[in-house]
Amino acid sequence: MELIMAVGIGIVTACAVYLLLRGRTFPMVLGLSMLSTAGNLFIFSMGRLRPGAPPIVAAGTESYADPVPQALVLTAIVIGFGMTGFVMALAVRMYHQTGSDHVDGFEPVPERRPEQGP
Amino acid sequence: MTHLLAVPIIVPALAAALLLILHRAPIVMKRAIGMGATVTFAVAALAIFAETRSDVPLVYRLGDWPSPFGIVLVADHLSAFMLLLTASLALAVLLYAVQGWDARGKLFHPLFLFQVMGLNGAFLTGDLFNLFVFFEVLLIASYGLALEGLDVERLRATLHYAAVNIAASSVFLIAVSLMYGVMGTLNMAHLAERVAEVRAEDMGLVRAAGLLLLGVFAVKAAVFPLYFWLPAAYSHAPAPVAALFAIMTKVGVYAIIRVTTLVFTGGDKGAVMELTSPWLMPVALLTLTLGTLGALGAQRLASLTAYLTIASVGTILTGVADGGSKGLAAALYYMAHSTLAIAVLFLVTDLLGRSRGAAGDRLHPGPPLRQAAPLGLAFLFAGATVAGIPPSSGFLGKLMILQSTTTGLSVVLIWTVILMTSVLTLVACSRAGSILLWSTTEPLSSGPIAPPRVGEWTALATLGACSLLLVLFAAPITRYTDATSAQLTAPSTYIDAVLLPLREGLVRPYPETGR
Repeated sequence: MELIMAVGIGIVTACAVYLLLRGRTFPMVLGLSMLSTAGNLFIFSMGRLRPGAPPIVAAGTESYADPVPQALVLTAIVIGFGMTGFVMALAVRMYHQTGSDHVDGFEPVPERRPEQGP
Repeated sequence: MTHLLAVPIIVPALAAALLLILHRAPIVMKRAIGMGATVTFAVAALAIFAETRSDVPLVYRLGDWPSPFGIVLVADHLSAFMLLLTASLALAVLLYAVQGWDARGKLFHPLFLFQVMGLNGAFLTGDLFNLFVFFEVLLIASYGLALEGLDVERLRATLHYAAVNIAASSVFLIAVSLMYGVMGTLNMAHLAERVAEVRAEDMGLVRAAGLLLLGVFAVKAAVFPLYFWLPAAYSHAPAPVAALFAIMTKVGVYAIIRVTTLVFTGGDKGAVMELTSPWLMPVALLTLTLGTLGALGAQRLASLTAYLTIASVGTILTGVADGGSKGLAAALYYMAHSTLAIAVLFLVTDLLGRSRGAAGDRLHPGPPLRQAAPLGLAFLFAGATVAGIPPSSGFLGKLMILQSTTTGLSVVLIWTVILMTSVLTLVACSRAGSILLWSTTEPLSSGPIAPPRVGEWTALATLGACSLLLVLFAAPITRYTDATSAQLTAPSTYIDAVLLPLREGLVRPYPETGR
């Protein structure tokens, strides 16, 4: 399970970085959202993966899951969700105001290849 | 137990929430609430400053849960110093904003207070996760403040600013949880103890987490090569907001100082410190150089000031990176100076730009100014302070940093870079000043001209007076910064104060079998 989790987080992070580096706002927002998802999964797995164990320590409990990362991940999810919503609203507003969904607010001038002539 | 430490966080938060409910209330009422909350916080900051005069830090345990299991707020010399700096800046900036500027955006006052709350929380918190939370609070408030008015330039600058900082926050979370995964705690004092107990094979993870944290704080502090979001965001932000932002980069510097001196120092734990410290000095000098070059090439006074903000971070980090408590003390003095000086410069930029009508703060000839003499003097004062012309606080700060350098070759390098960049800053400011104030076109001006008001001059004078006080009371302030850096370099009193319940045996760690 550890291996699947680690590889999964790695793939999600790689996709997030790729999307973040795109020039359009929508892939960028998607990338930010995926990056925070990867971060959340990472926090969760830092409490050790322990199936079937309650996050409560009572007298005589032999096996329990660490409750702290679960609380942390809840906070992180809320903050990440709020931030994604904010950037999304910003991107939509910018699209309406500039007519372009490029992150710079205008369409980049395509580079002219030398063989095409003037 | 005193509840004083919670005041700088609770009061702005409650007042901001109240202002959100009353967002249709008359502007006078909003101003009264905003001012009231800020003054209350300033008084609390003064009280905390007075209370922390002894060397034992104040510790506030939320809900009286014993640390390290509960959340703690800690005020040592450094926190009290930063709180006082935030208070003086926030008061002056708010005084400037209520002269009419705040009426433009409906949500200025609540966002301002949320930002102040985030700043205070970041300076007071005693654990890494809450540092993350307060960073987010101050950032989301700053996005809102920077957007005020929603013109295209601001939208674009804020989108870039938000994207970079949200990505950095995700990395922050990864670093924090990595720390938790290895050491099982997030309380900074407890981390400092646990680092010594980390097994050798786990040390690599701790180092990775330490470097990730350094990288994140470098983004917040706008350090080379992570500063590219700053010039656009700061130079397009409205003036009072940009002046408040002067302290935001310093939060990153504060976090670097806190984490490197508390968590990653001393004894065999020094391994992590050794990992980060070789990076700090070159990065600091590069930041300083590139910030100054950016100021030289700026086309607008606002972006000149934004680049000088980057340069000031470089100067502070030079003091920090040189190690030793003298360098740290000098860096703290410079931090106070540069925050105030940059804020003054941002406000003067606004006044100058407004007095030139359509020409704004672009560095090309415009119509003659109506209040040329006071505006010129204000700019002269701000420029001289930032560049470090003798009687100013900038001069004293740079002198202290130069004096604190100790070791062979780096002395030559540090002296050269700091002195050269001072000259270049002076050149940049003189160029901007002579264009803006002296080269005038025909008196035919276009665009609306909004002359400075008396209240705005008062706010500017307050900030200027704070900067002068730094010079007049340099001796007591230096004694205080020396005490601060002594406390930072010997973190055992901090750790003992926070972990008192653990020391007294009131709490015991979970049994090892569980992990």
